[in-house]
Amino acid sequence: MNNSIAQTNANLAPTGGQKFRQRVLPIIVLAIIVAVIPLFGPSRTVYALLSVMGINIVFALSYNMLLGRGGLLSFGHAVYFGLGGYAAMHAMRAIEHADGGFWASYPVFGLPIIGFAGGALAGAIIGWPSCRRAGTPFAMISLGVAELIAAAGFMFNSIFGGEEGISGDRMNGPELFGLSMGPVSDVYWFIAFWLVVGVAGMYAFTRTPLGKMSEATRDNPERVEFVGYDPQRVRYLVFIFAGAFAGLAGGMAGVYFEIFTPEAVSLVPSGFVLLMAYIGGITYFAGPIIGAIVLTYMQSMLSDFTEAWLLYLGVLFMLIVMYAPRGLSGILFGLTGAIGNGSFGEVAGKWAMQLLGAILVFLGLMTLIEVSVRWSNGFGETFEPFGMHLNFGNPLTWVLITVPLALGIYFLRRANRETEEVLA
Amino acid sequence: MSTPALSIQGLKKNFGPAEIIRGVDLDIAPGERHAIIGPNGAGKSTLFNLISGGYQPTAGSVRLNGQEIGGVKPYAINRMGLSRSFQVSNIFANMTVRENVRCGVLYSMGYGYSFWRNVGNLKEVQAKTAEILDSVGLLDKSHLPAALLPYADQRTLEIAITIAGGADVILLDEPTAGMSHSETERAVALIKKATEGKTLIIVEHDMGVVFGMADRISVLVYGEIIATGKPEEIRGDPKVREAYLGDEADEHAEGGAA
Repeated sequence: MNNSIAQTNANLAPTGGQKFRQRVLPIIVLAIIVAVIPLFGPSRTVYALLSVMGINIVFALSYNMLLGRGGLLSFGHAVYFGLGGYAAMHAMRAIEHADGGFWASYPVFGLPIIGFAGGALAGAIIGWPSCRRAGTPFAMISLGVAELIAAAGFMFNSIFGGEEGISGDRMNGPELFGLSMGPVSDVYWFIAFWLVVGVAGMYAFTRTPLGKMSEATRDNPERVEFVGYDPQRVRYLVFIFAGAFAGLAGGMAGVYFEIFTPEAVSLVPSGFVLLMAYIGGITYFAGPIIGAIVLTYMQSMLSDFTEAWLLYLGVLFMLIVMYAPRGLSGILFGLTGAIGNGSFGEVAGKWAMQLLGAILVFLGLMTLIEVSVRWSNGFGETFEPFGMHLNFGNPLTWVLITVPLALGIYFLRRANRETEEVLA
Repeated sequence: MSTPALSIQGLKKNFGPAEIIRGVDLDIAPGERHAIIGPNGAGKSTLFNLISGGYQPTAGSVRLNGQEIGGVKPYAINRMGLSRSFQVSNIFANMTVRENVRCGVLYSMGYGYSFWRNVGNLKEVQAKTAEILDSVGLLDKSHLPAALLPYADQRTLEIAITIAGGADVILLDEPTAGMSHSETERAVALIKKATEGKTLIIVEHDMGVVFGMADRISVLVYGEIIATGKPEEIRGDPKVREAYLGDEADEHAEGGAA
């Protein structure tokens, strides 16, 4: 009897090989990727971009502990990123001015631990009142707290440093792993290390009883109560961890930028982290990683091409919400999954149509945005792709806006209708 | 007489001016299968919510194995050994069947809010989960997302989660609602097997299920229990016939005799 149960148990749980491939291998691959990148001799710009990506990945994943895994929509997650970062900045100054004692022997490399602790403490204090409720009240409270802390950021100068913020110098204290922390390549290793630690830590969290009950509480808080768990307590503990990992990202950012200003706790980064997680896809663990990479890239590169890049970000967000609610990772995993099980041929047509529709919508909107921005600037500039002179007086402009837009929407709707027919 | 598994004394519940439960007294012995029947709106679900901690009683007391549980939070009551199912399937829709049952197992195995353990490595949790899935016959569907299960299987999963924590007092709220005849038969067999040796309190509309399973039956009408007794006593009780059962009971009495 006992033996047969052990047998079924063995069949139910994934095999050791499956576990390794699904759970351990991706982390190892990540570690190898970040370790291999410096071999290609990246430029300073690339190092800078990668470092910011690393910070944003940890930040976006910590946000998804709330939104994707816990079903808690927060509008103020930058508060924990910022408070963790400020804790790290103050520690960095303590290291700089240390005259023996604890801080004199504390390496700058370990500052994200201070950020982690700071974020956890902030989460534990702020989460206490805000995790009593889920849903809309939670979202509203998070917004209120974000406003509160953002306002406090400009009031308490000894903590937040006023408009100038708190700055420090990372080249102090004992060196760890032979890194002086001076050049960006040294800082890259520091970011890479904490990126892998953060990703592995947050992935491990999803595998714990608390992580599982967080998903259960998201799905059905009522039922959670009747299997012996207090949903408030589950939310509260998850909130502390999400704050802690956001603080870890803040600590990484503190060391990287060597300055923290009150803008870091404002609503702007809180909104940006929501976009990173959602555009990447909140239903997959890897979603926020993809979102952070794409949005960080857009933020630093697209802004060179067009001053209206934020409008493109908004369009991307809206398209994702409407047509791909599982985000970029949902598209990616859907694609690889279909190739994997051989059904690619059946769905390829639909996807091609969706892609075509999305590109056409994008072209129409791009024309509208670029012409509008130049018109609104009032410098008499015109949008001149391929030698065309597009302004609002030119009928061609309106054709290039409306025709691709209409066709694109038509294709998107048709592709969606086909999906419904297939499902029915 | 030993302490009743569940003892309800003078229980009342008002919602504003509306008196839904108007003084219920009921003792249920350990190991008893007790059915609560009554017309729609009699307060059966409210009574269940009062017992399981969903609502605060306005007056009166509810004791589980002698301990007061009136007004105690649902999770605390659950930890004391009382578990309930729901009238509408109340499962974790985005999780697999196995994960659903595992959620029901975790707390009772002492893994409360722990964040330093890997659920995949908890051997006894896996074994218990497999055992429960096996006993309710969902083992072959254990990797399906719960939302994709057919209705009857969702109801079965609901029962599986309810018994997973090893509670010794089980409340089932209309476990066979919406099932076909053959599905109902299977569900009844499953409930009998799964609640072996436990105290069972069941709300049910299907009189076949009620009379076939219950040791005793209570009839709840307008927030009051008008009769409690063995199935044959209830069947013969003129008050019950008048208030509720009507033709249905006659039919059943004849059917039972035949």
